[in-house]
Amino acid sequence: MIPGPDTAAAIATSRFGFGARPGELTGVAGDPRGWLLEQVRKPYQPSAELDGLATGQEALSEFLQGRAERQAARKDARNDAPDGAAKPPDPVQARLRPLYQAHAEARTRIALASPDSFRERLVHFWANHFAVSVDKQICLAAAGALEMEAIRPHVGGRFADMLLAVETHPAMVTYLDNQQSVGPHSEFATRRARRARFDDAARQQRIGLNENLAREILELHTLGVDGGYHQSDVTTFAAVITGWSIGGGEGRLAAGTPGAFVFRAPLHEPGAKTLLGRRYADDGFAQGTAVLRDLAEQPATARHLATKLARHFVADEPPAALVDALAHAYLSRGGELGAMYATLVGADAAWDAAPRKFKTPVDFIYSSLRALDGAPRDPKQLLASFELLGQRHWGPGSPAGWPDREQDWDGADALMQRIEWSVALADRVGNARSAHAAADGALGPLATPSTRSALAHASSGAQALALLLMSPEFQRR
Amino acid sequence: MSMSTRRSFLGSGLALGAGGALATLLPGVSFAAASGAPPFVVVILRGALDGLSAVPPYGDPGYGQARGAIAIARPGADKGALDLNGFFGLHPALPGLHARYAAGELLVVHATASGYRERSHFDGQNVLENGGDKPSGTASGWLNRALGALGPGRADGLALGQNVPLILRGPVPVGSWAPSALPDVEPELIERLRDLYAGDATLAARLDEATRIDALASDEQAMAGDGMKKAAGGIERLKAIAATAGRMLASPQGPRVAVMDAGGWDTHAGEGGADGQLAGRLKGLDQVLESLRQGLGAEWSRTAVLVCTEFGRTVEINGTRGTDHGTGAAAFVLGGAVRGGRVLADWPGLAPRARYEGRDLAPTTDLRSVAKALLKDHLGVPARALADVFPGSTADAARDVVRG
Repeated sequence: MIPGPDTAAAIATSRFGFGARPGELTGVAGDPRGWLLEQVRKPYQPSAELDGLATGQEALSEFLQGRAERQAARKDARNDAPDGAAKPPDPVQARLRPLYQAHAEARTRIALASPDSFRERLVHFWANHFAVSVDKQICLAAAGALEMEAIRPHVGGRFADMLLAVETHPAMVTYLDNQQSVGPHSEFATRRARRARFDDAARQQRIGLNENLAREILELHTLGVDGGYHQSDVTTFAAVITGWSIGGGEGRLAAGTPGAFVFRAPLHEPGAKTLLGRRYADDGFAQGTAVLRDLAEQPATARHLATKLARHFVADEPPAALVDALAHAYLSRGGELGAMYATLVGADAAWDAAPRKFKTPVDFIYSSLRALDGAPRDPKQLLASFELLGQRHWGPGSPAGWPDREQDWDGADALMQRIEWSVALADRVGNARSAHAAADGALGPLATPSTRSALAHASSGAQALALLLMSPEFQRR
Repeated sequence: MSMSTRRSFLGSGLALGAGGALATLLPGVSFAAASGAPPFVVVILRGALDGLSAVPPYGDPGYGQARGAIAIARPGADKGALDLNGFFGLHPALPGLHARYAAGELLVVHATASGYRERSHFDGQNVLENGGDKPSGTASGWLNRALGALGPGRADGLALGQNVPLILRGPVPVGSWAPSALPDVEPELIERLRDLYAGDATLAARLDEATRIDALASDEQAMAGDGMKKAAGGIERLKAIAATAGRMLASPQGPRVAVMDAGGWDTHAGEGGADGQLAGRLKGLDQVLESLRQGLGAEWSRTAVLVCTEFGRTVEINGTRGTDHGTGAAAFVLGGAVRGGRVLADWPGLAPRARYEGRDLAPTTDLRSVAKALLKDHLGVPARALADVFPGSTADAARDVVRG
């Protein structure tokens, strides 16, 4: 059933976007579907918030410099160690932390202010699909750069382009340890083997493949875990992408612009390779890009992406017909993401007035701050919310990204933390906002009579705001 | 700000004497009766712990060869393994566990695996937690089903974190708890939310669980006076959580079963040997388990803790001084209730032909047989219920895991 325009506007903003800002529903109600699709159709325009943020190359270069300083400091400390002296700050952390914070603040401010919050949600969705987690220190500043450089420009474009941009981004290459992966028959390995006949140290130092990036591209980024590949495909693919590295490292990784993606031909495993039944000629770097392009066209990839997209927007266990339709749209339109979005937005199943998704902490924080126009000015305070509620920016802790089902987020303690956070926010916003007006502005007709009644009987304006944020219909989308 | 104000949350409810509020608060305050099960904790190490480094089989002739620069030296050597039985040792960053072994309170399990035989972390963790042999299709966790089999009131479950991991999800309601840095809220607001959630079964249940756990946690924290290091992340936070969890488990009103997560074991590059990346993680784990033991106090003597991971890592190191995803893993069972001081392993050997698919430590002990023993002989889950707790597993419960 297609809901009326006011209800559809509330669904469009909360289910597809990051929640309505005051007054936003009125503008959306004219054409909710058109409002959504226009956001992904128009050409990419980088937000001014992104000006001056560290690129991936800069972030990795800072890491390399910080690491060199750390090693030098350790050597000094060993040479003359003052007993009981205060530990100096870690130079890597000192260099990367401000860059991370700047990226995180920009991401948050864009999400809170954007009139294109469907597009912003998709940015978050794809960044999470290609998750790089900042708990690995080398990625602390580069994770935000990956989103800025490899995700944002391609959100309205082709998946294959996004895939290529991500897998050749220095953040992904280092997050999944590919920079030192060496082909067993590469020029480098052959030289090493020759030297090892005379040199004990060279013999000791083992070199070879690292299969981490290859495995996760197949399992998480493209085909999916049931996509029909085997361990031998993982190993072969790892050989295909040997040499995908970054510049400015130590030893065999020294050449190249520090922190930038480089293809190191001497590390690359030579020869044609057969992967998933297809033969790839000995094309150096292009061998890997050819595999990626083919992976992007696989029906298993289409189904994997379709399932995740439908799960994110419609229901934890999405209707099979919708997944089929999304996968079909993807395959029949050459991997155009816009075709999937149009199918999604056009599907009746996506417009059920009963919400089926429980908000993640990020959803909840964004939609609360948008509804109350209550973002704190202090960046530290702004970012603290994400830590407190358990979802700091780019911090899922694993390449699988943040989970996307209700039971991953609806723990008893998680609920209590949301209540406490809502009270703190409501106390700060105080009586400046009427809870009824906020309910009209954020939920429109989705606000239930029992919530309206609770707001009316609250003991203070602040308590009413907290009740609104914690109401069942605001906790879901 | 302070955690101990959660204590006053309960206190003020009583002081107010608001009839309705009191009535709804009180039934939730008490957990299972003291007549219930002894404490049981599962610690899940996410990311695949390298069992060959945590529990080096230094007596295997293939070990040093396969591990090269990251091999742990033999006991007695500089930074060598802490000896267990003349063949296996413990990583030198695990002195606390070694002391438990010496005290007869640590059973080391090696070459063990769940029913999962592929190499995806995420599927591997699903199988480890759902207790089946497929990653999907089972929405509940084996520990929740075990609580169900025990029957109501015998043992309550608690996830140590904001949310509940799969192993503890299911039909039996369980709580979750982690220290909060936010101020507590007025009981009156909680009551209003209770009304507002009348039509939402999930939120209503979560709110009930949250209020009773908070009351207990604040009591334990206040008594311990250990002022949770809220700002501290990583290992300090885990240690503080473990200590408080230990006291909650030891409380007569407390939960009996708890689950804790620790990540960061996916050591593909620069894993390190006696020092380095993995050594740092192991040191933290050792301290967390010690904090748990101290939190439990005298109850430690009745406790069993299972420390497990989704799978092991390759026998050979890879080209970047790390290890890739493997199969056979190590696990620890510790506590005063455990028949420890032993290594439980049917050692397959590390020679290439002995390996699983030519690359991984072959799994010879079904981890589910150890878990079954803990459920049956420690928690008191009826033997006939184990087939539902671990569907698809025909492995018998291991013998003599806990003291009779």
